[in-house]
Amino acid sequence: MSNDGGAPTPGPDGGQQGIGGGPAGGFRRGAFGVSGSGDTSGFGGLVRVEPGGAVALHSTERPYGGWFDEVTDALVEAVGQATYAAAVQRVLVDRGEITYFVHREHLLTLAQALRDDEALRFELLSSLSGVDYLDSGGPEVTPGRPRLHVVYHLTSMTYRRRIRLEVAVTAEDPHVPSLTGIYPTADWQERETYDMFGVVFDGHPSLTRILMPDDWDGFPQRKDYPLGGVPVEYHDATIPPPDTRRAYR
Amino acid sequence: MTTTQDPYAAGSRETTEGRVYTVTGGDWDQTFGSDLTGEERLVVNMGPQHPSTHGVLRLILDLEGETVTKARVTIGYLHTGIEKNTEYRNWTQGTTFVTRMDYLAPLYNEAGYCMAVEKLLGIEIPQRAATIRLLVMEINRIASHLVGLATGGMELGALTAMTNGFRERELCLDLLEEITGLRMNHAYIRPGGLAQDLPPGAVESIREWLTVMPKRLAEYHKLLTGQPIWQRRLKDVGYLDVTGCVALGITGPVLRAAGLPWDLRKVEPYLGYETYDFEVPTADTSDAWGRYLVRMAEMQESLKLVAQALDRLEPGPVMVDDRKIAWPAQLSLGADGMGNSLDHVQHIMAGSMESLIHHFKLVTEGFRVPAGQVYVPVESPRGELGYHVVSDGSTRPWRVHVRDPSFVNLQATAAMSEGGMIADVIAAIASIDPVMGGVDR
Repeated sequence: MSNDGGAPTPGPDGGQQGIGGGPAGGFRRGAFGVSGSGDTSGFGGLVRVEPGGAVALHSTERPYGGWFDEVTDALVEAVGQATYAAAVQRVLVDRGEITYFVHREHLLTLAQALRDDEALRFELLSSLSGVDYLDSGGPEVTPGRPRLHVVYHLTSMTYRRRIRLEVAVTAEDPHVPSLTGIYPTADWQERETYDMFGVVFDGHPSLTRILMPDDWDGFPQRKDYPLGGVPVEYHDATIPPPDTRRAYR
Repeated sequence: MTTTQDPYAAGSRETTEGRVYTVTGGDWDQTFGSDLTGEERLVVNMGPQHPSTHGVLRLILDLEGETVTKARVTIGYLHTGIEKNTEYRNWTQGTTFVTRMDYLAPLYNEAGYCMAVEKLLGIEIPQRAATIRLLVMEINRIASHLVGLATGGMELGALTAMTNGFRERELCLDLLEEITGLRMNHAYIRPGGLAQDLPPGAVESIREWLTVMPKRLAEYHKLLTGQPIWQRRLKDVGYLDVTGCVALGITGPVLRAAGLPWDLRKVEPYLGYETYDFEVPTADTSDAWGRYLVRMAEMQESLKLVAQALDRLEPGPVMVDDRKIAWPAQLSLGADGMGNSLDHVQHIMAGSMESLIHHFKLVTEGFRVPAGQVYVPVESPRGELGYHVVSDGSTRPWRVHVRDPSFVNLQATAAMSEGGMIADVIAAIASIDPVMGGVDR
């Protein structure tokens, strides 16, 4: 078994240092252990210009344009100026879509108003998903940074409008109130977000894994969870992950 | 005969053939008391390997007699991690992954994904590409509805519906194979346009198909619509009204069968749907029967759309001009599917070094997409198929989340089947028409 180029030296068992022996610092770089090159075959973290970029940093000042102002005014009126100011961190209008970045304490208040107010009428929770923005500084997990975002796409069937709410929490305190009481459709979508990102939705009737097996360890769609790298277990046999089966470099 | 004598006890009489016993039912009232429900609770596991659960779907049903008191749904048996995989591939490669999610509506996945990428890039695709996208998507809608009808019919015991449905679907797939090179999982729609133009002869094939299909669809009405068994299996089964649908996030034919004409092609038009002449079929029954009628009518509307799209085809490019985005290779249809054209390989390998470098950079590394996030919904055969795509400015998606209509719609299983008979659970799930590849992703 030979390695091409400047790959790390093989370990005593013939495996790859830092790959077969577990990820260094809890973070695995590259899909198949690719490092130190302009990786063209897998995830190499080629560019990390502020993950989330415009999404994570910028905000838009009023007027937002179009019906965005109408919705925002109606929302302010429905929940009150004080609550709105406390609930909404900032607003971003980008590519014709409006995003409200919301503090989790006020999520339920906002969602209830968005659904019930006559001028808002966002009856349908189209989509609920998670995004792990990790950190802007590189592939190291920084505690205390609200890296896990829960993104809600609401649709008003009455006015034919769509808005986006976004709640950010840290990986150490990943609690977000559940929307199942307001939008029952959130049930499975919150379970999926819990399953994949480990976001805990407080108040969910049965927050269990939905796609992964019940006893699965870890949250697969977090950015510090590797693609592959997990042995597949069969009856009486274990197939090692692809990156440790043989030298791919 | 006295009143204490058991009227159901086996009687006997002598015949020339010997003694003949007449056995009738046991006296259940005396044995178990008058309340036969309420005491007995039977938990039945159905699936995940079961011919009637519409895929690898597991149902856990609480039964009292034949009445379902509780229906719990377990999914995840087809989880493939496609969303995670797309984060490790460049933007163009994402097409080949998402097309495998809802494998009965692959072109919708490709279109939704590509429209999201194009929205992030801020580019407009050429008119011809938009028209062809609409064309192949509507062919795909018919194919998908036919499978829904076929498998739904099979699950209810209507095997002719199954054989006929797959027969007609094969006509659709033959067309798609001629156009894209593959029957399913086409990877035909790419960010910026299409993998290639319609091949010679495709328009004629579609026109011929347009003359055949109306007759074939009419046969379904003869076979199923007027048939009393089919009606009784579907009518008043799997009831879910508009309020229930919206609360549970149900879209597509299920919502339209409840009476709400909510079709994204009409309410939030894309690809120029607003300029086409078509109706949004609805029903007011809120049951499996209404969903069947809506799907039948939608296939007719799709035929109208395909015919209109054919008439509008103008010559022109099917990929954006921008050389930094457009796939550099010229693809051609081979006997074994789609591949690079020999002319292109000759050009880059022997003719132009700059083209080779350009090809190499774009194919291996891919293009960059400005940072940001978008949500793009399209009306797939099963409802709102939404793509939430996040870019961090690199050559690979930061996150691709798919709001798959099958996943969300399957939540209605309990609401549709609790309180009904166990046989109606099958009809209810078939009327949702979930595709497990999309549910589990």
